[in-house]
Amino acid sequence: MSKISRRELLSNGGALLAASSLPISLVEVAFGQDSDSNFTFAYISDSHITQIKGNEFVRNWDRGLIRAVAETNLLDPSPDFVFYGGDIAQLGKPEEIDHGLEILSGLHGDVHYVMGEHDYYVDLGEYWRKQLGPDHYSFDHKGVHFVVLNSILTHEAWMHQKWDTGMDRMKQMARLDNPNGQPFMVGDSQREWLRKDLDKISKDTPIVVLSHSPLQKIFKSWNFWTDDAEQVQALLHPFDKVTVLYGHVHQIQTNQIGNISFHAAMATAWPWPYPSTYRQKSSYMPKLTVEMNRADPFFERDATGWQFIDMHSGRTDVSYLLPDNQNRVVAYDESAGHPVDRTNKAGAGSKPPLRHY
Amino acid sequence: MIRKVIFHAVSLVPLCFVGLASPVQADEFDDEDLERWQMEYEVVVDEGEKLFHGGLGNRNTVSCDQCHPNGANTHPETYPKFQQQLGRVVALWEMINWCLQNPLETDMLAADDPKMIALQAYITEERKGAELEPGKH
Repeated sequence: MSKISRRELLSNGGALLAASSLPISLVEVAFGQDSDSNFTFAYISDSHITQIKGNEFVRNWDRGLIRAVAETNLLDPSPDFVFYGGDIAQLGKPEEIDHGLEILSGLHGDVHYVMGEHDYYVDLGEYWRKQLGPDHYSFDHKGVHFVVLNSILTHEAWMHQKWDTGMDRMKQMARLDNPNGQPFMVGDSQREWLRKDLDKISKDTPIVVLSHSPLQKIFKSWNFWTDDAEQVQALLHPFDKVTVLYGHVHQIQTNQIGNISFHAAMATAWPWPYPSTYRQKSSYMPKLTVEMNRADPFFERDATGWQFIDMHSGRTDVSYLLPDNQNRVVAYDESAGHPVDRTNKAGAGSKPPLRHY
Repeated sequence: MIRKVIFHAVSLVPLCFVGLASPVQADEFDDEDLERWQMEYEVVVDEGEKLFHGGLGNRNTVSCDQCHPNGANTHPETYPKFQQQLGRVVALWEMINWCLQNPLETDMLAADDPKMIALQAYITEERKGAELEPGKH
């Protein structure tokens, strides 16, 4: 496979034959045409590596991550770094985290990790932190301030109630449609940490926040939701340019709330349906979202994907690389003041014409 | 032959009178029956919900709800329909078997297997209210 240039991919993300086989997301942060400050990073998420027994793992989920890693390494120019958006593991077992990290170790360059609920609830993130370090942190890169939050915490009383085993707690949280599920939250202490972290940042510095759950409220029943989203958003509102990138939802979502642009990442494992396909409850899908068509189950990687992010002018353009599907570019439009899907027209319930069975 | 039919018709007359005289009508049901039938149905839906959420015991542990939370995107109201990938018109249970064999990497269930009935009961219950659109893509 030939290398794919950023320019080619961004100018014609949907039509490139080579790119059409890629399931990553690349994000470009740009500061103006040909500026030295422009850069890209890749964004892989939700691999849900599942141990069957011993060194045997669910093949399908392994293949998604293996492919994302291989194709991220083919991007040209190379992304400055890679974000992993959470849920390396399905049940948070050390064997699953280790197996996922072994596959991810094939990536060229630095990888920054986000905690997902499937990594966390068996031991409250202990093994993950032992392998990867703190679950919330920040760093600066070429003039952009990056913040990583652990947004999948929930009520302390629920987390610390008397569980027979940590795996019992994990299995409660691992079930997306659990009627007894608990809402995700960033929590008081982490929000206080965020407030202090942002205090020292000038308001014209572009901010990119990575979380696993959406820092907005879309559908509570499946935790497409963070309970204290508004309080986190309030801390981000003083800044001129903010982007929130999140995983968990396994689907393209796009939104703009005030100065904050929101983009969701595809999963490398499997797609979730959009909440509107569940008849019994209402959801609040942002109108800017152009939904993907339902997946064709006969193509294993259909409706999975990964992204590369192109940063320019402190804004993020997200290129979704979608195997067995048409690639998408959702880019910030200065005149519109929000991200726009360059391929498909947005609107309530909008989606491209159905081309799959 | 005609004589035989007449004989049978005449012989049934006393039975009809007996039937009319009885205070009980055939096929009647009351609220208690409805309640019991609903309960019988809900037991099967609940069983389907458990099977759908990891209760099938398949070795690779992948469960139906991983791709279909609340049974979403199973669109039971569109079956039977022509399934391009299989090249023929199929019923919902056949697509469930496809999922069992592929993502779940386990054995098919017979069409009348109580587990198959339960899976369909759960999926359809979660889609309650959707208009029937057989054949739709």
